[in-house]
Amino acid sequence: MKQPGAPTDLMSAEGISALASGVLAGRKASVAKALNLVEDRRDGSRRAVGALLRLLREQSDGSSHRVGLTGPPGVGKSTLAAALARTLRERGRSVGVVAVDPSSVRSGGSLLGDRARMGFDPSDEKVFVRSLATGGEAGGLSWAAPAAAQVLAAAYEVVLLETTGVGQTETDVRYVADTVVLVVQPGSGDVLQFLKAGIMEIPDLLVVNKADTGVLAERATSDLRSALASAQSAGLGEAMPILATSATERRGLDELADALDAQRASATDLAAHRRRGEVAWTLQLFRRLHGRHGVETLGGDAALEAAIDEALDADAPPTICAHLSERYLATVGRRESPGAKATKETQP
Amino acid sequence: MPDRPWIMRTYAGHSTAAASNELYRSNLARGQTGLSVAFDLPTQTGYDADHALSRGEVGKVGVPISHIGDMRALFEGLPLEEMNTSMTINATAMWLLALYIALAEERGDDIAKLRGTVQNDIVKEYLSRGTYVFPPGPSIRLITDVIAFTTEKVPKWNPTNVCSYHLQEAGATPVQELAYALVTAIGVLDAAKARGDIPAERFPEVVGRISFFVNAGIRFVEEMCKLRAFTELWDRICRERYGVDDPKLRRFRYGIQVNSLGLTEQQPENNIIRIVLEMLAVTLSKDARARAVQLPAWNEALGLPRPWDQQWSLRAQQILAFETDLLENEDLFNGSTVVEAKTQKLIDEAWAEVERVLEKGGAVAAVESGYVKQALVESNAARLRRIEAGEQVVVGVNRYEEGVPSPLVADLDEAIMRVDPKVEQDQITALAKWRAERDQGAVDAALKALKETATGDANLMAASIACAKAGVTTGEWAGTLREVFGEYRAPTGVGGAQVSRSEGDTVKQVRAELEAVAEKLGRRPKMLVGKPGLDGHSNGAEQIALKARDVGFDVVYEGIRLTPEQIVASALEEGVHLIGLSVLSGSHLELVPDVLKRMDEAGLKDVPLVVGGIIPDADAARLREQGVARVYTPKHFALDTLMGELVELVAERAG
Repeated sequence: MKQPGAPTDLMSAEGISALASGVLAGRKASVAKALNLVEDRRDGSRRAVGALLRLLREQSDGSSHRVGLTGPPGVGKSTLAAALARTLRERGRSVGVVAVDPSSVRSGGSLLGDRARMGFDPSDEKVFVRSLATGGEAGGLSWAAPAAAQVLAAAYEVVLLETTGVGQTETDVRYVADTVVLVVQPGSGDVLQFLKAGIMEIPDLLVVNKADTGVLAERATSDLRSALASAQSAGLGEAMPILATSATERRGLDELADALDAQRASATDLAAHRRRGEVAWTLQLFRRLHGRHGVETLGGDAALEAAIDEALDADAPPTICAHLSERYLATVGRRESPGAKATKETQP
Repeated sequence: MPDRPWIMRTYAGHSTAAASNELYRSNLARGQTGLSVAFDLPTQTGYDADHALSRGEVGKVGVPISHIGDMRALFEGLPLEEMNTSMTINATAMWLLALYIALAEERGDDIAKLRGTVQNDIVKEYLSRGTYVFPPGPSIRLITDVIAFTTEKVPKWNPTNVCSYHLQEAGATPVQELAYALVTAIGVLDAAKARGDIPAERFPEVVGRISFFVNAGIRFVEEMCKLRAFTELWDRICRERYGVDDPKLRRFRYGIQVNSLGLTEQQPENNIIRIVLEMLAVTLSKDARARAVQLPAWNEALGLPRPWDQQWSLRAQQILAFETDLLENEDLFNGSTVVEAKTQKLIDEAWAEVERVLEKGGAVAAVESGYVKQALVESNAARLRRIEAGEQVVVGVNRYEEGVPSPLVADLDEAIMRVDPKVEQDQITALAKWRAERDQGAVDAALKALKETATGDANLMAASIACAKAGVTTGEWAGTLREVFGEYRAPTGVGGAQVSRSEGDTVKQVRAELEAVAEKLGRRPKMLVGKPGLDGHSNGAEQIALKARDVGFDVVYEGIRLTPEQIVASALEEGVHLIGLSVLSGSHLELVPDVLKRMDEAGLKDVPLVVGGIIPDADAARLREQGVARVYTPKHFALDTLMGELVELVAERAG
């Protein structure tokens, strides 16, 4: 295995080490540069990213809280993320935000419009917002989102990760976030649909946003409570806190911030959870490169997961993926074109 | 008996209250019959001249009015009881009306005799013009507070002027213009009715005071039919929805400014012909004739118009009204099967859209959800595509481009108005003096009362007039309400807009080039698009953002009203490869260099900055000298080609 901070063709070991120090110190220019790096798709970047993430993991205390905000389009996730970030700032916490928006299937381009409505103070050194495009990934996240979340987690106390809101396939956020918040709006039948689609196992918290209209919002919340109760008695889902917020009227945000703190405090298996997330992420990275054939060649899902889990002691996912890639290519004895996407598969 | 001529106005105001007063007096001496006050952007968005966002905007697109002292200077020597004053003012309409009323009372005028209009229409601000401040709920409250007040105290005043003008500027088709203006009026009237403090027997008068501000484009036959359709549909709404029996109160009363969107930078002298033809749409048909007409100036696509340019447009009105036989005739088109069929088609289609929006919860809900904005953005994109493809002919732009150079623009920098940069500092100095000399105790008490009223339900007009009399400033009035109501950002409408279905070879080529650059960079080229300053006309920026996405950029669309600090902070955090700024208010020489300086400080010197807007050639040269990579003006209508240049810029820096 390579040493941490090993030189790559993209960056020197010293460069990566300096970058990591900048990120840990919360310097915006460094955080921005690190995010540019983790978004880099060139083959040569994988080891640099791996080295950087490993340094960040070693040198930070892992105390940052990674919160995923998911839910269908139009429920006001961006506005909620902005309002929540503001509440957290008022409590003196530093906040990093990753907002993911879909890419156009036709052009590959995207419009990342969320930022405009967040309206943060540009001179505030303790809030950082990065928009990412899905780049054609399913699962509601960008392929760079897991690494981006790790970078931000090294620099800020709370990381908010907002998914695209494609709805029923947003399961990826589970392995990136410590706490998943499902956001719905009053009067929508979303929750029951999610239960049926098997999404309801995900959230740790349920938020009814746009609860701007007192009585109606209360009714929506109580409707949800009873729907949830009947679903639970049928064996679906677990009990979870339900909160009502109004991002535009700034209501319910303190309660949400408290609930998130409570979740974080009561999480007993956080390290194991993050480890499982990194295994899943590594496997997905590998599968994107080499498809089902790659997984089968290296012994199938279970064997690969075990190998990855072991490798995580020493390395970060992008580096492990690079090693697995080498192993695979040596096994099949031929070189694939770099970054081949023809065999790309998506997570179930 | 010949019809009376319409009210002739020129949208005017610049630099200072005193300079604007002089302008008004000379315009009236030249035969103008009404005043149309243009306010500068700080006044429109509720900031004083010394606020960070006011930088570069003071006195530019209109007159700065900070307090009653400015109002006194603006109307010095003009008898308010005899004037018909139209004020283009929206988010702060209540405040400017309060200053006007306070001035009238100070002069001993009878405020019941005041005649005029405050635009006071927030919906189109969210959709197109961008000078909104507060969220929809409080904004509608301010509008209906003004309505309730004027109904009782200033009965000849038009308390709200529902605008379809800006919808067309944002790309609306005639059907969209009709539908969205009508649902806006319905939204305001429904809200006024729901207040419960306007006696039911007076409600028909409230309906009768609703006036409209409409646009007329170059397809003047269709545009005339649109006005006839407006007349019929409004009559229907007044009758069926509000039970207004008196036909006089159901009249579709409207003022007009003809289209600025279609005015060209190329061969700009042709614009005066466009302006005259567009005026025909709103004057030819007696039954659908405008009550007040103001025309843009021929050189608006080049920069701010001078008094002579505006006078030329006024002359066009006077010739039509006084030299021709138009006003001697009854309606020329009654009984025309062509006009009637066209009108009916517009009526049917617009009514269907009205019902669609009402089903979605009405105008405000359809704005908040982004539905209306997205429809407009798509229409505008389609319009630009037609021009670029040559399907929609624009003489001098995509047909008959060759010609003898115009002597009118021989000296381009002389062919527009320049506002003395000293104006801003003078205004700031005067403001400091005003604050120092007023009775601060009275100001504090008036603001406290304003805040308390805003927190409750009572009408805010009385408290605002008290503020005006106490010497409160525009920034203080709006700042107090911002504290209570919060500040709003409207949906941009670009996120969900559809990618163009018809694509030329240029687009495909640009896309391929972009993919090649992406390979080289390791990630997809990312571009930030935004508008610095207070100018809220976002249509151009939206189209650039949309097109950039369609050729494959990841686009961070930042929207309007950004400080240079915000732009640079976003560029850094987002890791963009290119920044595109749009400025239409003439403040580019103040704002753009500031952005460049801050980029330098943030270590973003290598990121190319491009600027688009109404930018005179000499200014463009200065901006390029200071490091702006490209300057685009309305003549760069071929967006595909423009995108190619942007990709090249990124490629150059990628090495």
